[in-house]
Amino acid sequence: MKISKSIKIKLFREMLRIRLIEQTIASKYHEAEMRCPVHLSVGQEAIAVGVCQNLKKNDKIVTAHRSHAHYLAKGGSIKKMLGELYGKVTGCAKGLGGSMHLIDLNAGVFAAVPIVGSTIPIGTGIAWANKLKKKKEIVAAFFGDGATEEGVFFESLDFASLHDLPILFVCENNEYSVYSHISKRQSSKRSISKIANSFGIESLQIDGNNIEDIFLETKKIIDKVKSKSKPFLIELKTFRYLEHCGPNNDDKLNYRTNKYLNLWKKKCPIINYQHHLKKYNYLTTKEIEKMNMKIRAEIFHAFNFAKKSKFPEKILLKKYIYA
Amino acid sequence: MLKNIKKITLAESIREALVLSMKKNDNVILVGLGVDDPKGIFGTTKDIDKIFKKERVFDFPTAENAMTGISIGASLLGMKPVIVHQRVEFSLLSLEQIINQAAKWFFMNGGTKSVPLVIRLIIGRGWGQGPQHSQSLEAIFAHIPGLKVISLSTPYNAKGLLISSIEDKNPVIIFEHRWLHEIQGEVPKKYYKIPLGKAKVVKKGTDITLVSSSYMVIECLRSAKILKSYSIDVEVVDIQSLRPLDIQTIMNSVKKTKKAIIVDNGGINFGISSEIIARLYENFSNKEKSICKIERIGPPDNPIPSTRELAKYCYPNYLDIIKKTEKLLKKKFKNLEKYKDNIPLDQPNKDFMGPF
Ligand SMILES: Cc1ncc(C[n+]2csc(CCOP(=O)(O)OP(=O)(O)O)c2C)c(N)n1
Ligand SMILES: [Mg+2]
Repeated sequence: MKISKSIKIKLFREMLRIRLIEQTIASKYHEAEMRCPVHLSVGQEAIAVGVCQNLKKNDKIVTAHRSHAHYLAKGGSIKKMLGELYGKVTGCAKGLGGSMHLIDLNAGVFAAVPIVGSTIPIGTGIAWANKLKKKKEIVAAFFGDGATEEGVFFESLDFASLHDLPILFVCENNEYSVYSHISKRQSSKRSISKIANSFGIESLQIDGNNIEDIFLETKKIIDKVKSKSKPFLIELKTFRYLEHCGPNNDDKLNYRTNKYLNLWKKKCPIINYQHHLKKYNYLTTKEIEKMNMKIRAEIFHAFNFAKKSKFPEKILLKKYIYA
Repeated sequence: MLKNIKKITLAESIREALVLSMKKNDNVILVGLGVDDPKGIFGTTKDIDKIFKKERVFDFPTAENAMTGISIGASLLGMKPVIVHQRVEFSLLSLEQIINQAAKWFFMNGGTKSVPLVIRLIIGRGWGQGPQHSQSLEAIFAHIPGLKVISLSTPYNAKGLLISSIEDKNPVIIFEHRWLHEIQGEVPKKYYKIPLGKAKVVKKGTDITLVSSSYMVIECLRSAKILKSYSIDVEVVDIQSLRPLDIQTIMNSVKKTKKAIIVDNGGINFGISSEIIARLYENFSNKEKSICKIERIGPPDNPIPSTRELAKYCYPNYLDIIKKTEKLLKKKFKNLEKYKDNIPLDQPNKDFMGPF
């Protein structure tokens, strides 16, 4: 299948937008106004964009601590996200949740929580309800390689397979859980995608930094998940640019070798796609600059909005304990 | 300062306890996510993997329930695992193994075999940690017979209590507050024990008793210092051991001062302060019941929000303790404002900038 010019540009623009938002968060973090832990998605944008571009507005996603890219790619409001990071009442959770609890029901962003693995069963349950209610919508559940070590991952796969639930499990394998390489946590004989197979769930490994591959493959897969009401798991190898939590680069800690870092830094999904689009005349340098400017303007306004917003009133402490 | 005492942080003191215990007993092993990483659990396990062979320090998959069960299994053959969770909340995934298995093992096997296991739980606070990274859940564990529950507050007691916990034959849960890791104090260099099950009078006084644990002991001591300038002589009791609870030491103090505030580190409903007040009244004579005045203070009954503007209402501090004292003593202290510091309530000190 070929990708049209307009879609190519859209894929690129979406990735660039997420990158610029994350970088702006990183650059403003030291102002100490966003006073909550942030797990930035820099480097992993292609997965969020490639998958979410194939989802409809009513399809739902669930995610984890590293949720910014998923939230934005699914159409979550940037203003509400930044409001949340600034702890303001205009935030998507009115400041109560912070960066690790993004939600935007209008966009189908149903849950993000920092307890590793905990939204995998919750996403499975949303898919179950979709099926019970005979809705044609699907769920994409995003999680990391670390999350596949939790029991709920296995328990959810079994249930999803048993009940033929329309859910796409998306494992972003950046090979690390905080500072721990996957080889310290998982047997070299273990394969995340084969685990799915052993539960009777089809799976595919995709290059997590190749936006077109991700987009095209998940398009087919999501059609299948929808039409056949079957779960599917994709595993995408990728790379986290910044420290696990926080705005900085932590390469000096040497928990990832120089060889590894250099290899992956050549595989930036955005720079490489930009080369491709320029080389084949989909976009000119000038157009890219213009795109940058427009995105930056949007970001500027969203940050201003968040900064100027009010903090929540004390009454909110008690207002939402029970519905 | 004496040659055999040095000033170190609470994190360093925990590290010393671990290293000395590992040197003394080959069966002691460290288990937990990140125990051998560059940050070494806020410094408490830093580079211990370099002192001992790899087989003594185990990073672990993100599999808390299995990690606990596996450690229980290892302990049954004489290993002495010391588990750590960077946040209390991660241990909630392992409550089955802790509460059903470890806590009851000795009892349900008719005293055949016990589970000697230590689980360190770190309480988070500040910098917008949010509802799932800032809970003080001591009461959940203190509720369970078969567990011992310890709460650290100073570098000195951290080392002695941790060493005793490692020597204990039972599952011991140790609460560490993230804001205490950097505090400094004098700690003997040697291997020493502080008995589990004992509270400690950390400051003697005659007018009122403050009973507390963990980070809140620091706030109590601060308020005691300020209250001194208003001629109030405060006694501060550090609970140290939440289970077994040393009600006798608390009782002796309250009987002496006749007035007490139980300063709870966690939520007060169904909490540690509830238990202490109930036990005091169960043990008081009728006369003491009518004379002694007891209040409590603790975080309000809601999850802790991320935003600093609301989180600040969730952590009582030394000023709140002083105001409670005013109420209890029916006094009015003038110019309290001058004791207000300008450190935001989501930072333990001005240098702490998150993110974790
Ligand atoms: C149950 C639980 N255990 C441990 C943690 C601490 N923790 C936070 S993020 C993280 C890393 C998870 O790695 P992965 O799932 O691969 O996601 P990544 O950070 O790489 O995106 C860990 C261990 C947690 N939040 N929850
Ligand atoms: Mg990972």
